[in-house]
This record gives sequence, C-alpha cells and structure tokens, in this order.
Amino acid sequence: MKLTVNGTPREIDVHPLKRLLDVLREDLELTGTKEGCGEGECGACTVLVDGEPVVSCLMPCAQADGCDVTTIEGLSGEYPLQRAMMREVGAQCGICTPGVILAAHGLVEAARKPTLERVREALAGNLCRCTGYEAIHRAVLSAHAERHGTATAAAAAAASEA
Amino acid sequence: MRTATAPFTLRRARTLEGALKILREEPGTVPIAGCTDVYVALEFGGTPGTRYLDLTPLASLRRITTSGERLVIGALATYTELQKSRFVRARLPMLVEAARLVGGAQIQNMGTVGGNLANASPAGDTLPVFAVADADVVLAGEGGERRVPFNAFYTGYRASVRRPDELIVAVEVPPVIGKQWFRKVGTRAAQAISKVVFAGVRGLETKLALGSVAPTVLRLTRTELALNGGGGIGDALRALEGEIKPIDDLRSTAEYRRSVSANLVRQFWSETA
Repeated sequence: MKLTVNGTPREIDVHPLKRLLDVLREDLELTGTKEGCGEGECGACTVLVDGEPVVSCLMPCAQADGCDVTTIEGLSGEYPLQRAMMREVGAQCGICTPGVILAAHGLVEAARKPTLERVREALAGNLCRCTGYEAIHRAVLSAHAERHGTATAAAAAAASEA
Repeated sequence: MRTATAPFTLRRARTLEGALKILREEPGTVPIAGCTDVYVALEFGGTPGTRYLDLTPLASLRRITTSGERLVIGALATYTELQKSRFVRARLPMLVEAARLVGGAQIQNMGTVGGNLANASPAGDTLPVFAVADADVVLAGEGGERRVPFNAFYTGYRASVRRPDELIVAVEVPPVIGKQWFRKVGTRAAQAISKVVFAGVRGLETKLALGSVAPTVLRLTRTELALNGGGGIGDALRALEGEIKPIDDLRSTAEYRRSVSANLVRQFWSETA
C-alpha cells in the first residue's frame, strides 16, 4: 500500500488489517505515536489522516491507503503548540502529549480563536492522568495566539519567563 | 497488544454490487467501516469473524441528502458529518446532539451511522433518535433495496432482520413534528458508553425511546399512550415502570437505570411543556 507520511510518500508491504498504529511504530519506525489503551478510549495514538484526527489503534492500515498521514514527527518541534506545551508545563509523563498536540492541531490552525469550552470538547477524547488538563488547555489557547500573532501581553510575559 | 492479523483477510469494496457479491459468495464475511467496535473486540481477543470487507471506499454511501420530505442519511456518514450537515441540523437536531456525545472527536471522525445500527448494541446513542423519528432502515441485497421500519429492525439482543448478505445502505427519516429532546447519561459527558440514553418528541403525538434499559432500544409505547391519552406524568411513570427491563452490568445497575429513566421522562415532559 502507498501512503504519504509527514509529507513523504511511502510504500509498504503489510497486512491490510494491521493497525495503523503498529504500521507507524514498527514498519515506519515512527515511535512518537504512543499506544495507551488500545481501545480508542484514551487518544494517545491520535494521528491526522487527511487532516482529521483519528485514533490509529482502531484503524486498519488499509483505510489509510492513498491518504496523507501526519504524526507528531511531522511537526517541526517548534510548532506553536509544542512550544506552548513546554511553556505551560502541559506535559508531565508525556505519553498523552503527541496525541493531545495532534487532536488540538485543527483548533490551533483555525483562524477563529477557540473558547475554553471548544478546547475541552476537542480534547474530550484525550485522557491525561498527570496534569489535570488545565495546563494543556492553557497551552492550546496560548499556541493559538502565537500561531496567529495575537499573543497577549500576559502570554508573551509567560513566554519570556520560560 | 497487537491485533492478530495473520489468519484474517480483508477485502476492500469498490462498488456496492461488488460488496454484495462478496457477502453472498463468502458467508461469514464481516462488513466494517469505522472499526470503533470491531477493533475493540479484536484487541481483546474477540473474533467477530475471519473475513472482513471494508466498506469505506463506497463514497456514495457517505452522503447526507434529502428526498422530498425525507432526510436520507448514508450508512457511512460519520458522527462528525452528522453534526456538520445542514439538513440534519435543520430537521433532526436531536441527532446532532446524539452525535456530539459519541466518544471524542476522533471516534466521531471514524464511527458511522450504519455501524451504530449494525452493531446493534442496546446502548447505541443514535438508536433512540431513529426510534422516535419513525425512521426506515434501507437494506440492499441481491434483489435490490428494501425498507424496514426502524422500530421493527431489531428482533432481540444484538439481533436484527438484516440478512447476512444484506448491507445497511441508508437511514431515511420522515419529517419530525414537535419539539425534539435528547439526553445521554453516562459516567462523563464525552467518551463514555451510555448508562441510559433517551430521545423524545413532544408534538401532537408524543414519542419516547430509551436505550440501555432492555435487550434492544425501546420505543416506550405504553408510556406514550399514557401521555397522549392525557393521563399525566404520574400514569406515564407507572407505565414506564412496567415496560422497561434494565439489567445490572459493568456500566450501571438496574435500579439506577430505573430511577434515571423515570427522571428523564419527567424532565422531558416538563422541559418541553
């Protein structure tokens, strides 16, 4: 099957029912995508398929044939939400972090400023057992401001402290 | 854990006719779409089947359209697409609410209406909506299409009138007259399977349905009769008590489900007054 992963076309010979999660981690050696529960409850394995967040533990890889897949490795490391998660300490153990970043990617990219309620909804499928979520929600709002150049004075001050 | 794939096969449907031919010629083939139930079963050692047929390439089954007065929801429409559809938003807001409360965004991007019907769980979140909307299920098989009233679709726990060589291709919903009301009760607002799920329509004729209180989703015909006959909420709750059969399971208890069901009917009745 052929798919594009993080902008690079890949051709792989795998069982069509193999989970996309395992194809990414084992065949493509992209281990940034984590497995949490393996049953679609926790969101740790979230990746983008044609721009939409899905849980890769519930997707037969055949369904990604011909699709554009984005994993955490596809972000630069300097993506606004990656920086904001550091700044706001939105990550502790880190298992949920790649999934959280990809689940919130659409909100950060959208021109409209998300409400806290909208952030909570977008991340309802991502469980974090460390942070209590508030730092993650702050990070998403702060990343949106940074991405669209509307960072408030407070966020800028927080950034310079970090 | 990794999905045990080796002894299993997957084919991908290219046309509806091709998919139906595979179902006819290879009995036991399991149609799959969003995989949000099938892959959970596989992960935990269940074997829904050894031969799978992926329906997701059948793009025409994803469409949500109208046909005269009827809303036509393709079986492959996802929960996200239900929420975005202007037709569903205008005609069936209780379905938008149900779709919004299924899992998180990721599950909503994957799970399909057809899958919710075919999986036939009594806890399926969209099912009470289709029950009170008096929807029809459109099944495609060798001889063409047939329409089955949603309220006659299920025959028992996880059992329906769909023959193994038929596919659910759409759900058709006639105009719904009256105020629509939907409520899901689970351990948290999102990402939880329902303990009890309720849909109601308050109009000239009131219609009520509950999920997770019987082996199949249940139209509350006796409770409706009490309300439509002017018996009042007291009579209705007594009728309700006699027509639901909740059980204790890993998500809740029969007693809790009984008391929540009564609360939901009471709340529906007062909020739609």
